Amino acid sequence: MSMNEKLEKIRQEALSRIEQSGGLEKLEEVRVAYLGKKGELTEVLKGMRDVAPEDRPKVGQLVNEARAIIEKRLDEARSELARAARELKIASETIDVTLPATKMPAGHPHPNTLALDEVERVFVGMGYEVVEGPEVELDYYNFEALNIPANHPAKDEQDTFYINKDIVLRTQTSPVQVRIMEKQKPPIRVIAPGRVYRADEVDATHSPCFHQIEGLVIDKGITMADLKGTLAQFAREMFGADTKVKFRPHHFPFTEPSAEMDVSCFKCGGKGCRFCKGEGWIEILGCGMVHPKVLRMSGIDPDVYSGFAFGIGLERIALLKYEIDDMRLLYENDIRFLRQF
Amino acid sequence: MNTPLSWIKAYVPDLDCTDQQYMDAMTLSGSKVEGFRRLDKNLEKIVVGMIDQITPHPDADKLIVCRVRVGAENAGANALPDAPDCIQIVTGAHNVKEGDKVPVVLDGGKVAGGHDGGSLPEDGIKIKKGKLRGVESFGMMCSVEELGSSRDMYPDAPEEGIYILPGDAEIGSDAIELLGLHDTDFEYEITSNRVDCYSIIGIAREAAATFGSSFQPPRPVMRGNGENAADYVKVEIADPDLCRRYVARVVKNVKIGPSPEWIQRRLANSGIRPINNLVDITNYVMKEYGQPMHAFDMSTVAGSKIVVKRAEDGEEFTTLDGQVRKLDHDVLMICDGEKEIGIAGIMGGQNSMITTDVDTVLFESACFDGTNIRLSAKRLGMRTDASGIFEKGVDANVTFEAINRACELVEELGCGEVVGGCVDVHGELPCDKVIPLRPDWINGFLGTDIPAEDMIKYLRKIDLDVDEKAMTVTCPSWRQDLEQEADIAEEVARFFGYDNIPTTLPRGEATAGKLSFKLRVEQLARTVAQYAGFSQAMTFSFESPKVFDKLRIPADSLLREAVTISNPLGEDYSIMRTLPLDGLLTSLAANYNHRNKNVKLYELAHIYIPSGRQAPVYASCSKDHACELPDERVQFVLGFYGEEDFFYMKGIVEEFFSKAGICCRPVYNPEAELPFLHPGRKAGIVIEGVQVGYIGELHPDVADAYEIGERCHIAVIDMPFIVDMATFDRKYTGIARFPAVTRDISLLMSKEILAGQVEAVIAQRGGKLLESYELFDVFEGAQLGIGLKSMAYTLTFRAKDHTLEEAEINAVMKKILNGLSDLGAEQRS
Repeated sequence: MSMNEKLEKIRQEALSRIEQSGGLEKLEEVRVAYLGKKGELTEVLKGMRDVAPEDRPKVGQLVNEARAIIEKRLDEARSELARAARELKIASETIDVTLPATKMPAGHPHPNTLALDEVERVFVGMGYEVVEGPEVELDYYNFEALNIPANHPAKDEQDTFYINKDIVLRTQTSPVQVRIMEKQKPPIRVIAPGRVYRADEVDATHSPCFHQIEGLVIDKGITMADLKGTLAQFAREMFGADTKVKFRPHHFPFTEPSAEMDVSCFKCGGKGCRFCKGEGWIEILGCGMVHPKVLRMSGIDPDVYSGFAFGIGLERIALLKYEIDDMRLLYENDIRFLRQF
Repeated sequence: MNTPLSWIKAYVPDLDCTDQQYMDAMTLSGSKVEGFRRLDKNLEKIVVGMIDQITPHPDADKLIVCRVRVGAENAGANALPDAPDCIQIVTGAHNVKEGDKVPVVLDGGKVAGGHDGGSLPEDGIKIKKGKLRGVESFGMMCSVEELGSSRDMYPDAPEEGIYILPGDAEIGSDAIELLGLHDTDFEYEITSNRVDCYSIIGIAREAAATFGSSFQPPRPVMRGNGENAADYVKVEIADPDLCRRYVARVVKNVKIGPSPEWIQRRLANSGIRPINNLVDITNYVMKEYGQPMHAFDMSTVAGSKIVVKRAEDGEEFTTLDGQVRKLDHDVLMICDGEKEIGIAGIMGGQNSMITTDVDTVLFESACFDGTNIRLSAKRLGMRTDASGIFEKGVDANVTFEAINRACELVEELGCGEVVGGCVDVHGELPCDKVIPLRPDWINGFLGTDIPAEDMIKYLRKIDLDVDEKAMTVTCPSWRQDLEQEADIAEEVARFFGYDNIPTTLPRGEATAGKLSFKLRVEQLARTVAQYAGFSQAMTFSFESPKVFDKLRIPADSLLREAVTISNPLGEDYSIMRTLPLDGLLTSLAANYNHRNKNVKLYELAHIYIPSGRQAPVYASCSKDHACELPDERVQFVLGFYGEEDFFYMKGIVEEFFSKAGICCRPVYNPEAELPFLHPGRKAGIVIEGVQVGYIGELHPDVADAYEIGERCHIAVIDMPFIVDMATFDRKYTGIARFPAVTRDISLLMSKEILAGQVEAVIAQRGGKLLESYELFDVFEGAQLGIGLKSMAYTLTFRAKDHTLEEAEINAVMKKILNGLSDLGAEQRS
């Protein structure tokens, strides 16, 4: 048998044993049997001294070729086996992905906060600063500075909680307007969320303690069109891009002209449904151009500056947006309620 | 305020719109319509019929069979075979007789309600032909109740039975038309500045302007006989601050009787019960002009004299409803020469009441001070229709017009002889106001481009006088609300249409949108609490003073000094909280009561500390007396019951501090005065020597008081302190490049020694090389000895700039152990 034939035989045998191995251990045996220190191919190299010197390079090349082929095949077989083993493992690891999730321990925000965050997001995006003012407030700021004269019915004890004749629980967030104007130079763009108080008994639609968000913009050349544009944008951000707004004349002592803003019902889109009591519109907020008297009292010259203000009932937004049917739920803090936000 | 459309149309004759159109247009021009009620709702196929013949029912004693003439067209196929214009109706009513004309609802028609006058069904009641005890009936004769009304509105209707129409009613004609029920009653929300709109005339003026129609209000002229009212009565206003004007007129030879149909219908359709001509006239004028009036029987007015003056304190007076009223010095009275005869603007007296045999009447039309009337009515507990109008503020010029309108109606209705002249006592009368009209300014203010001539047109539509040369607007006295240019701008905007004003966004200098630092820290508190499983609660800021007892607050504690509401809804809502606990504990208790498991709640609650106890938070108030305001502090309060323990709560508190950038470790002081907490499971939270909050398990007595049946833990953090200390700034200190070395130590000590004490020593002695320490075991057991415990810590050492040598570590360890030994904690061997 020529060296050539011998090598070919070794190669054939090795490859066929590799094919039949079927496991990593068997493959190792094959490697040792052919390529190991005492392996058949190694033996051939050892027998080189019997080869004629002129043939040696040729034989050497043949041996190396055979070795390379076997090694390559061994590697391939190894990775095929590894792949097969992994596939088997993967197949055995299937889980029921429809089993329940692990509960995250996180708690929930109050729906008022959820709604307030939305409102703040919109106005902060439009360049408004979020500010605050005191809840226990001077009568001056809550009424007089807002052009509500001493004997106005709005000051009646039936609506206002008094601490003494000069101090009240604020009935609106509007006094923050005055406080801001007194200490800040225009341009002013602020919203002032906070708690307000009215002497209403608790029922499904009333609470003696609730929240408003006041808005105030003061600058040169602010127009009623700016008021409309700003609040229309707010409505679209808050209630959806298709939301339409309607401004109705109204009266507030501290704005002139004054308006109430309705938005197209976000439930039925304005066709009229139970939610909007068939009207297609939902009343959302009161607004207007800041009254010149209020500007003047707050130290701002109404001949130079103008501005607009608006007041949003936070609970109203929360009740509407999250379809909560009873205001009392907001202050009972039942976890079965809070968990839904 | 409500008005029937028919009355509006009387002064706006060419008004032509549907009810819905009227409602929408009026609302958009500023007279908000809340809703409307059609008076002919569910009244269908109701005609005038005449009872031709009545025969007894063959099989029923209580029924009669009527042959009713309704006209051939109405009778149609249901006509009697022998009379094509008659139908047969069986009825149980007994007030009808042959020849009576009655409202008849035909077969297939509808009525609004049942004969009992109960609440009206939404879709009315359908009337179909049928048989009553075997006799065919092709319709129904109606009572006023079946027509959706009542005897109050039709005083001539019988107590029970069919309404009998006037004899001249045309047979077969629309009975609803005849009854004046083709009308709609609109309900308005009138804003407090538009006093003039609490009247038919005011609304009609707005309607005419809104629809661009002509406005034709009544224009009363003063008439009367040749006598002079001044010869009948003298008027004196003793308290002119409360009565701006008092006009008196006299009517003699009064003939009391029912008002004509048109007055009765206008009143009835406005919801006012027609009574007799004299009362109806005063009510009519009150509705039409918004001026309450009163009528006195002249024979009861002693000394032919009227004096308007304040009552004496403690006096008693019987009003015409027979009630005895206790008066005080702030109540304004109408008196004659001897006595009180009426409470001004609220209600007349029994002693001067009009009776049916009255001969001479004194009409009063006055302008009283609205605020005084409002407060008096409230004190006396008698808010009347009149006081409700006076309190809004009546125009003294209308006062005069209204009484002349009343006298004109007296003549028109023939209910008496009006004495000439009037007694008119008044101080300075309101005059017209002149406001400049600058169209450019208005357009600049509104953001519009309205031509000046359009503005002038809008203003003239509502009876404002525009001088085009001087460019001024003259506002009549009934528009007291118009004071300056912004008010004129609103009038222009209303009739230009708010919806026609463009929408733009403010231009000009940009401003930075942001949350205040305080709000950012509060937002962080919310985030930490929520991630730790707490849900946000909101509770009322006021509570009961009983809360202090519930929370075991000592009787002499400063916490009991609260801001007190002088007019609370009740004792339970009477003080502003000085502690944030009651609301949260009440909410936890409610959850416990609902069997909700493991409930964790938090609140960012305001507390209110009366002024003088601490510096006010809002130091920026510009008014001097601002310091009277209490200190309002936000407190971050957390509470839970169920699975977790004290240390869970402690973990959240520390997580919050850490996220707020407060790097120094808080110290826990178990000696802090916290009577509402478990004495062995409580601590004040101290940062840099300041107690910023407290933490602990609820005292079992408090838990019982709130009926929380599980261990309940709370933590309170005073946010103003945290806001002062917090920072969102961070500095990277590098990742350690040299290895750390750890040493475990196990210490034996008395149980009295607190972990905090041990750790204070470790931290202080460990110095710079000590990177961290962690407690990994606490053990108490008999084998240690009585009163002893063992604590084991892992200490981690690292240097920033080199690998620590054994000797360095040993030196530090020695310092630490010596320190611990001084404390009384010895290393266990």
